This record gives sequence, structure tokens and C-alpha cells, in this order.
Amino acid sequence: MQKYLDDIVRGLFRENPTFRMLIGMCPPLAVTTSAVSGLIMGLATTAVLICSSTLISVLKSLIPKQVRIPVFIVIIATFVTMIDLILAALVPDVHKVLGLFVPLIVVNCLILGRAEAFASRMPVSRSITDALGMGLGFTWALTFIGCIRELLGAGTLFGATIMGESFVNWQIMQLPPGAFFTMGLIVFTLNLIGNHRARNVQKAARKQIQVVGKEG
Amino acid sequence: MKEMLLLLVGSALVNNFVLVRFLGICPFLGMTRQLDTALGMGLAASLVLVISAMASWLVNTYILAVLNLEFMQIVVFILMIACLVQLLEMVLRKMMPGLYQAMGIYLALITTNCAIMGIALLVVGSGYTFWQTTVFAIGAGLGFTLALVMMAGIREELEFVDVPPAAKGTSLALLIAGIMSMGFLGFAGLVPM
Repeated sequence: MQKYLDDIVRGLFRENPTFRMLIGMCPPLAVTTSAVSGLIMGLATTAVLICSSTLISVLKSLIPKQVRIPVFIVIIATFVTMIDLILAALVPDVHKVLGLFVPLIVVNCLILGRAEAFASRMPVSRSITDALGMGLGFTWALTFIGCIRELLGAGTLFGATIMGESFVNWQIMQLPPGAFFTMGLIVFTLNLIGNHRARNVQKAARKQIQVVGKEG
Repeated sequence: MKEMLLLLVGSALVNNFVLVRFLGICPFLGMTRQLDTALGMGLAASLVLVISAMASWLVNTYILAVLNLEFMQIVVFILMIACLVQLLEMVLRKMMPGLYQAMGIYLALITTNCAIMGIALLVVGSGYTFWQTTVFAIGAGLGFTLALVMMAGIREELEFVDVPPAAKGTSLALLIAGIMSMGFLGFAGLVPM
């Protein structure tokens, strides 16, 4: 049980694909003009990730080692086609906003990466929890970036007006440069926190050495 | 002729693949530490961009559209690109070993690059003719190479600058990309949309 929980938490925070591992960087920049589109893109990717990881894990003993990458790609492409058609039928407006980036889930390195690194080696149940964790980590990252860009760029959050009358929209946040700036500052902040933590750990270690030295 | 020129400028500068459309961010962030790596990657990607755009147009017009199989685009295109890159690698190794030495390592990375898949889907969705597709792809390749080379040039200079330790690497690259992207927004008026 502990293992499964650990799989999910790892994807959400410690190995968050967008914020920590920095893989699959195109969608977090391209489709995060609003929180809703970020959320739907994240969920679509999660769905593809879970389906393809499960199927690859089930079939792992049948897939010959030499041609595994093409087989993975075909499996992923099949699920992406399904999700693309489902989104076009259920939420045509959002599908239009996401545009090219729904079919491009097929080349998201996150999905092929998980297939190669995890699903093709681990039992089915753990592949599912791993995919769920990574997918949800990707989803919250996209939604978070979407919230920042929507709040500053349009004064709204999930479509509801948040900022007062006097707020002047930061138009740039809705345009491509805003995506780069937001992502750059998030990575910067995470690095600051990481460095601070590392320094604290070092300090604690040094103190311990001093204590041990005195005792000796 | 004028139309073609506008198309070229439009896809290279106004809708720059990396800075405006966000396609191919991975090589843009990962392979721009040195100028010659960036140039090699840019040229290899441009070559594949042009070939894959032309091939996807042909496949879509003469096979998928005829058989009413357009919903298979994603599966067909990704397989087509994987085969093309393999083929290109073999041809280059046999015919032009010098070029292969320079570009070979990048070719393998290109298969799962979203710029290549992106252009295949873009040209099919846009209703371009074959020659328009070719010009569009050349422009896209030029724009891609330009963005990579500019980024590498800036990052090489920044090696000697004292920046906060937390900003080093990806963070700074993203902020620079933001400023470059602002610059490219200035091209928006260049081509009537």
C-alpha cells in the first residue's frame, strides 16, 4: 500500500514532470492562457498516460525488445486519437483553443518516458499508480500556470472575475512572452527554495560534526 | 512570388515556431549551451521539417483523403516521421558521411520533436498547396534555426556574467526566451493576416 501511495505523491511533488524534471515543456507554455484550458489539457494527457501505461505494462512480455519504441508509439498514438475525437465531441470550444496541442500529446516526452522507464518494467498495478501520480502532477502544474496567467492577464479565475474594476489587465501574460516569464519565475522560485533547503541541511550536518568533535 | 515571400517571412518570423507557437521547446532549452551544437541541431531539424512537411502533404492528399481515413492522421504521421528519420540517417551515412558526422547525433532526437509532428499537422490543416507547404516548411526551419542560434549566442555570453545561483540554467533561459518572444511579437505587423 505504502508503495502505491509513494508512486502518486512522487509524481505530484518530488518528481513533478513540469516543475522538477522539466520534461514535456511545450504544453505548459502553450495552452496555459486560462486555468480551464490548462486543466483540460492536463486531464487529457493524464488519460492518455494511464491508458497507454496500463496497456504497455500488460503487453510488456509480448513486445520484442528491439521494436519496443515503435510499438509504444503506436499504442500512444491510438489513445491520443481517441482522446482527440472525444474532446472534439464533448467540449468543442476548449478543443479549438487547445488546437494542435491535443494531437501533439503523442510526442510528449513524459508519456514515452514513463512507458520506457516504468511501465515496461513494473507490474500493472504500480504502472497505473505511477501514471496517475505523474498525470496529476502534470495537471496541477498546468492549472497552476494557467491560474497565474489568467489572473494577471484577464483578471479572472476559471472564468469568474476576481480583480476589481480598477485592475488593468497585464496583456502580456496572455501572449507568448507571458508564458516564458511565468515559467521562468516559477523555476527560479523553486531553485531558491531548493538552495535554501540544501543550505539548511548542510548547516545541520556541520553542527553535528562539531558536536561529535567535542565529544571526541 | 510575393505571396510566397510573405508565407516565408510569416512562418520564419511572425509565427516563429519556437518563440510564438511553442513548438520544439526541448531542443531550444536543452541544446543551446554552445553555438555549434545549436546550429547543427537547427540545420538537422530544418532538413527533417521540410521533408516531413512535404511527405505528410503527399500522404494526406493522395492516400488518407482518398480513402476517407483522415482520423488516422496522428498514427500515420508519427510512423511516417519515424521511418523518414531512419531513412534519412541511412542515406546520409552512405552518401554524405561528413554531414552525417555533423548531424547524426541530432537526427535520433528529432523523431519525438513536437516541431516535426506539429508541422505535419499544421500543413494538413491549413489547406496549402504542395509548393506553399514547401515554402512554409523552409520558413519554419529558418525560424527554428534562428531562434536556437540567437539563444545559444546569448547564453554563451552569459557564461561570464554573475547571476544569482538560483537563476542559472533553465530559469534564466526561459526569461531570456520571454524577452526574445516579445521582440518577435514586433514582427506581427509585417505580414497581413
